[in-house]
Amino acid sequence: MTNKLGPYSDKVMDHFMNPRNMGEMEDPDGLGEVGNPVCGDVMRLYLRIKDGIILDAKFKTFGCGAAIATSSMVTEMLKGKTIEEAKKITNQAVAEALDGLPPVKMHCSVLAEEGLEAAISDYERKKGQIS
Amino acid sequence: MRRVYLDNNATTPIAPEVLEAMLPFYRDNFGNPSSIHAFGREVKVAIDEAREQVAALLGAAAEEIVFTSSGTEADNLAIKGTAHALRGKGQHIITCKIEHPAVLNTCKHLEKEGFKVTCLPVDEYGMIRLEELAGAITDETILITIMHGNNEIGTIQPIEEISRIARERCIRFHTDAVQSLGKVPIIVQELGIDLLSLSAHKLHGPKGIGALYVKKGLKLQPILHGGHQERGQRAGTENVAGIVALGRACQLAAQHMADEAKNLSGLRDGLFEGLQERIPRVKLNGHPTKRLPTTLNCSFYGIEGESLLMNLDLAGVAVSTGSACSSGSIEPSHVLVALGLPPQLYQGSLRFSFSRYNTQDDIDYILDILPPIVERLRKMSPFWKE
Repeated sequence: MTNKLGPYSDKVMDHFMNPRNMGEMEDPDGLGEVGNPVCGDVMRLYLRIKDGIILDAKFKTFGCGAAIATSSMVTEMLKGKTIEEAKKITNQAVAEALDGLPPVKMHCSVLAEEGLEAAISDYERKKGQIS
Repeated sequence: MRRVYLDNNATTPIAPEVLEAMLPFYRDNFGNPSSIHAFGREVKVAIDEAREQVAALLGAAAEEIVFTSSGTEADNLAIKGTAHALRGKGQHIITCKIEHPAVLNTCKHLEKEGFKVTCLPVDEYGMIRLEELAGAITDETILITIMHGNNEIGTIQPIEEISRIARERCIRFHTDAVQSLGKVPIIVQELGIDLLSLSAHKLHGPKGIGALYVKKGLKLQPILHGGHQERGQRAGTENVAGIVALGRACQLAAQHMADEAKNLSGLRDGLFEGLQERIPRVKLNGHPTKRLPTTLNCSFYGIEGESLLMNLDLAGVAVSTGSACSSGSIEPSHVLVALGLPPQLYQGSLRFSFSRYNTQDDIDYILDILPPIVERLRKMSPFWKE
């Protein structure tokens, strides 16, 4: 029984079965919701940001194994980053951090990048309103 | 680890009796059935016997059975063979939205050749509406192709009524019975079927062998050109071992069908009732009663099917899903979409499909392991609120 779960790396399986930072956040500084249930995946990303640094990230995701694993991984990658650093994270970088995704699943990692963009622009919008 | 196979609509395990029947034709009886000598004759006898066995299950005559390489080829032969033979009479074909791709894509191909295709919608249970079928018929209609039992949801169409409508208007009627044969009784004459596709690997036979029932007197234009095999309807040296296996599989199905149907619908309904008791917001997909005894398709609101399937796979359980993000496909199931389900449901479907080798223990195991998996995935879902 080799290759038991077909296309996924051990790291994807680990993040899928034991997702990091899964859950909600009260009054997040940045909130992004992206995707569409018609396409099969929706991600909600919550960010806690102080002095331009991401202190905490949480997610909720409706989606396949790849969508859940990339959601989990992107929250890990975001923590401790500045906003400028976070903006540079691409879906390829998230996929690479998971030791790769099968080609047909690369579109699932786009969800993580879009979620990140949406949460940061929500943060910047809120910040702009305050100052 | 315990392993439970509940994906029998994808394919079934080969029955030991079937394997035993076919093996001599890979070892000793290698002759070409078209040869006149003894090596050929002994193989020809085996093919004739298999043809009788397949015909017996359908209540047909042996000469009405044409062996093919698959259910897909049988569908292609029925549809293209009719379209090309009757082109002078008319160029309109009627089918429905939940057909197998072997039918849908064959019809699409014919559209490119200039045929017109009407694709009937279905109701929330996956049933076509007879008045819509009758209304779709024109003077140009040459073929109605509507499946018997649906492979994803198990809904069984009103075949007798469809064939009556077809007969009244002198239109040929083909049904893809790949998923139904051997699960529910299908007597072609009683049901008024002109053409019927079947496949061995869905009833405990091997892959690579199927057949088309062609009612006596119907002309089809062949899709393969070559030798005289299958009375000129399907050229190519016969897949002897496969044909023998299909015959034996049909014979076994005829013996076991009544008991199995009762037993499997009990397991099927027991599984669904158990899931409903243990898991909130589970919805049955397909017709509640007019459904194959082998098929249970249900949706778990708010979670995605592939993630469910993977969790079950890790626990040794094999099922299927209609979600978009599964098995290389990026489109959700066209069948579940046609039922009008919202995406939070059609993305979260599982199909459990049974065979004679499943037991109550299999059901109990699913009922043990699935509820915590659903709960865990729902906690991750933005659509789920406690």
